[in-house]
Amino acid sequence: MAETAMTAPAQSARRPKYGSMSRDRTWALRWSYFFLILFVIFFLLPPIYMLITSLKTSAEISAATNPWWVFNPTLENYRELLTSSQYLGYFRNSAIVSVIVVTITMLISVPAAFALSRMKFWGSATLATGVFLTYLVPDTLLFIPLFKMFAVFNDWTGIQLINRWYVLLILYPTLTVPFCTWIMIGYFASIPKELDEAALIDGAGWLQTLTKVFIPVALPGLIAATIFAFTVSWAQFLYPLAFTTSTEQLVLPVGIITSLIKGDVFNWGQIMTGALLGAAPPLIIYAFLMDYYIAGLTAGATKG
Amino acid sequence: MAEVRLREIVKRYDEVEAVRGIDLDIADHEFVVLVGPSGCGKSTTLRMIAGLEDITGGEILIGGDVVNDVPPKDRDIAMVFQNYALYPHMSVFQNMSFGLRLKRYPKDEIKKRVDEAARILDIKELLDRKPKQLSGGQRQRVAMGRAIVRNPKVFLFDEPLSNLDAKLRVAMRTEIKRVHQQVRTTTVYVTHDQVEAMTLADRVVVMNNGSIEQVGSPQQLYHSPRTRFVAGFIGSPAMNFIPCRLEERTGALSIRLTDSLAFPIPEAKAVRYRGHAANGSLLLGLRPEHITEAHGHLEPGAVPFEARLDVTEPMGMETLVYFGLNGTQVCGRVNPNAGAREGTPLRLAADLGNMHLIDEATGLVI
Repeated sequence: MAETAMTAPAQSARRPKYGSMSRDRTWALRWSYFFLILFVIFFLLPPIYMLITSLKTSAEISAATNPWWVFNPTLENYRELLTSSQYLGYFRNSAIVSVIVVTITMLISVPAAFALSRMKFWGSATLATGVFLTYLVPDTLLFIPLFKMFAVFNDWTGIQLINRWYVLLILYPTLTVPFCTWIMIGYFASIPKELDEAALIDGAGWLQTLTKVFIPVALPGLIAATIFAFTVSWAQFLYPLAFTTSTEQLVLPVGIITSLIKGDVFNWGQIMTGALLGAAPPLIIYAFLMDYYIAGLTAGATKG
Repeated sequence: MAEVRLREIVKRYDEVEAVRGIDLDIADHEFVVLVGPSGCGKSTTLRMIAGLEDITGGEILIGGDVVNDVPPKDRDIAMVFQNYALYPHMSVFQNMSFGLRLKRYPKDEIKKRVDEAARILDIKELLDRKPKQLSGGQRQRVAMGRAIVRNPKVFLFDEPLSNLDAKLRVAMRTEIKRVHQQVRTTTVYVTHDQVEAMTLADRVVVMNNGSIEQVGSPQQLYHSPRTRFVAGFIGSPAMNFIPCRLEERTGALSIRLTDSLAFPIPEAKAVRYRGHAANGSLLLGLRPEHITEAHGHLEPGAVPFEARLDVTEPMGMETLVYFGLNGTQVCGRVNPNAGAREGTPLRLAADLGNMHLIDEATGLVI
């Protein structure tokens, strides 16, 4: 009797414990789905609204109908934009600027990150922090001094940089290089030190160690940095707005705003179409590079 | 292949002196193991030979040339790291041939060398795999293969077996010894495991606190340690150190452990210890295998005594027994059939023919 009395409460105490664990998990999952769905709605509504609006005529947009439904779908906005040499010009400027900026960024930040993370030299740690601090300065504070600098540069050399699309090739790297260097320092730091020592003993110089060992091993990091640099230069608004004004010098984000908003007349259909088309290249690049991004390339290098 | 000489090598990190002026000559074809506890400077010494650390003072010579300012790639050395350090994006073949490809060897030569190394290490079927598809032991073989194909003057091993499990470690130890017997390259091997050191080395260098304690063959270090540190570091279980006094009565020397227990010292040993009777801080050093169960007929030099056992550890082929003696825990090794049981007394015999006497103040073996 005494024994059963002892064991019975012990069992009943144990059972709900197991039950509660699985119940906790179920609830955790429910909450996860709830918030994920909330986020998806929150983040996807604007692009969906853009898509819907881009398929409407101006008359339908201004009409008081359900804004979330297209009654007379049309591709007119797309046709007009894609045949407008102005829009294609913005697109081309954006593409050229972004590709060159990404190239410049990588050419500077990868060797810089390698040097700062691996070569021991006086002041390297301070420099690494300095690089990061530069990134913390908001660009809204920088464009006035930069404007002044370009003016002085013009006075000295006679070379006019303001209101030329290629001024962006100087401006954007001030945003992308510090950040990309910083993430690459992180990636390079995660590579075991023995790997470069092995390369050093195998007969590789610093440049060979960088190109033959570090870059392939840190490829996911490199891709992350590339995506970042591309996104920044593709979507940057403030600098091109401040530094370029002529229509043929404009890049996409500023171009759409300046050419499709005439005074207080907003050509919503085309604005939405232009923005949607403009968002396509980064999306395509993300989708294409995502596989590399996820691949864990460092597996197997060392113990593990 | 070449000999390696260290002349007064010093390594200082700011205030800390990691290596304190060590001298060491390593002969051609020799297998030398640097052994010692963590932070004794053994890895730093190896890395200085490799050229991965700057030398604060002294000279390193490889094949007769001073290499202090020669970069690692021009020292003609190969190194195997504790964590293998394989290039994760390259296949085994590419890993092994990386050094040769950098030096622009002809393709046929590269293939010949990699195949030969793969044959020696028995990894031929792994050549197309990536490091992540290999087990720990296989990775370590590839790391060794990468060293072998280069046919360097010196092999450097930095604790290469520490990441492997116990069974694999024993297997790879044999493997390393076999490879060395085949390729005969001068080898410097760093480990903190004294068993590895004893089994692999032609000569063992015991390091402590940035200095060399003793250099010698494994047998020398085991039987004739020069310091208390070496005596305690080499051998497992470690040597017992029991506080004692020397007594001289009517010309015969004996070791007094307690008021009731004294061991007479065999005449062959006594010669060495005369004149130390006044020394108050002495330690009797006795390896566990020299404390065994007492037989009816005692060996010469063996002295019987009785001890109450605190702990017994049956190992199968022997039983380790622990008991207190003069305030220290003492370990002995007895036959599993000797009837050793915890809490009961056992008649043991100490083989004083193999004893060591240590001056506690200087740490030197007398």
